[in-house]
Amino acid sequence: MRDGEPLVRWVWIGDHLGELAHYTGVHLRLGLLPVLFGLIISIPLGILCHRWRWVYPPTLTAANVLYSIPSLALFMIFVRYTGLTERTVMIPLTLYTLSVLIPNVVDGLASVPDPVRQAATAMGFSTVRRVVQVELPIAVPVVVAGVRVAAVSSISLVAVGQLIGQGGLGYYITRGLQLDFPTPIITATVLIMLLALVTDALLVLAQRLLTPWARGKGAKA
Amino acid sequence: MNDLLNQIRLVGDWLTSSQQWRGDDGIPHRLTEHLTYSGVSLLFATLIGLTFGLLVGHTGRGAFAVASVANLARAIPTFGLVVLVVTLAGLSTTPVLVALVALAVPPILINTFEGVRGVDPDARDAAKGMGMTGWEVLLKVEVPMALPLILLGLRVAAIQVVATATVAAYPGLGGLGRFIVDGLARNDYELVIGGSTVVVALALVVQALFTALRHVVVSPGLRPSVRRS
Repeated sequence: MRDGEPLVRWVWIGDHLGELAHYTGVHLRLGLLPVLFGLIISIPLGILCHRWRWVYPPTLTAANVLYSIPSLALFMIFVRYTGLTERTVMIPLTLYTLSVLIPNVVDGLASVPDPVRQAATAMGFSTVRRVVQVELPIAVPVVVAGVRVAAVSSISLVAVGQLIGQGGLGYYITRGLQLDFPTPIITATVLIMLLALVTDALLVLAQRLLTPWARGKGAKA
Repeated sequence: MNDLLNQIRLVGDWLTSSQQWRGDDGIPHRLTEHLTYSGVSLLFATLIGLTFGLLVGHTGRGAFAVASVANLARAIPTFGLVVLVVTLAGLSTTPVLVALVALAVPPILINTFEGVRGVDPDARDAAKGMGMTGWEVLLKVEVPMALPLILLGLRVAAIQVVATATVAAYPGLGGLGRFIVDGLARNDYELVIGGSTVVVALALVVQALFTALRHVVVSPGLRPSVRRS
């Protein structure tokens, strides 16, 4: 940092409001779409793992191994196949969400009390209808707890994608380093944190509205 | 398919060429740097996280503070934090280590706290009834029973630190990330993918080490409860 430089130059933030809003939008898209894709993959996989228990350990191990690969390395491996595009950021982030989402879907389904399951069957529900109308809704609080963890970490990981030019607000982090100018870095870092915290709070709210019967239990992040 | 084979061959060539195995740009030197950063920050983070986690878990005081720290810490973008620290404090090892420690403390702290707090109260009462002091209850009952969760926290922290030490190469620090960052800057794909392979291998070794450690130190009676990450 140059001497005499103020920590945050507010004028810079004022001048870049429009641009900041644009990159915030990109950042949110890059961070949240993978969670959505992750859910689309995890829910059927979770149902499968709940039904056939032997599928669960290998699936979970695979997801955990993927999760242990650093994001930068995973981005680089995908660059070869998808180029320097947003997909290169979103595919690894989607894979990361699986290691949180799959166990939560399975635990959520496992939290359904057996009498409830039997009651549904006794009322003549088919297996598919029972899973969709009874078990999944009861699993929602636990699943949302997983979504919270996935969304928060996904949003903060998007910035790393800036190393291949696709990082949303991460743009200001590399920019600030190149210019030796802390304001953009601080602004971007704080904005990313705020995005993550607001998303988390909104998900808590959504969970309360979606499942009023489960208030106060289940949702352990 | 052919492309994949080519890629594997490319990595193989890069890994086996003798040039990669000596000098300041060689794999051993970069790996040593990477392991030093990760190891030192993990050590400090473990000291801090375990101390406070055990304290809060055992006494039950400060639980709210721990939960708030956890929530906030998860939201911090690692890349932003590391670059910010370098821009503000200049490029040297210490500030980057501080950033890495800051990232590694929360998972260790939370898991230790949750683990100790989650110990069956009956077991705790029984220990007290047998005449154990507070310290003995902590060390002989609570820690062994919380061990699966504590190890899980350590594993998450270790993997995060190893991953973030990669990113630390971007503002000019050494470590395995250098291969990737330099390779990108020079448009040298062989370097990028070779470096990535080493990083992936290291991450998998860390994961395997913790799995092995869990088998060695966790009491057999507690094993089935460990399956979540």
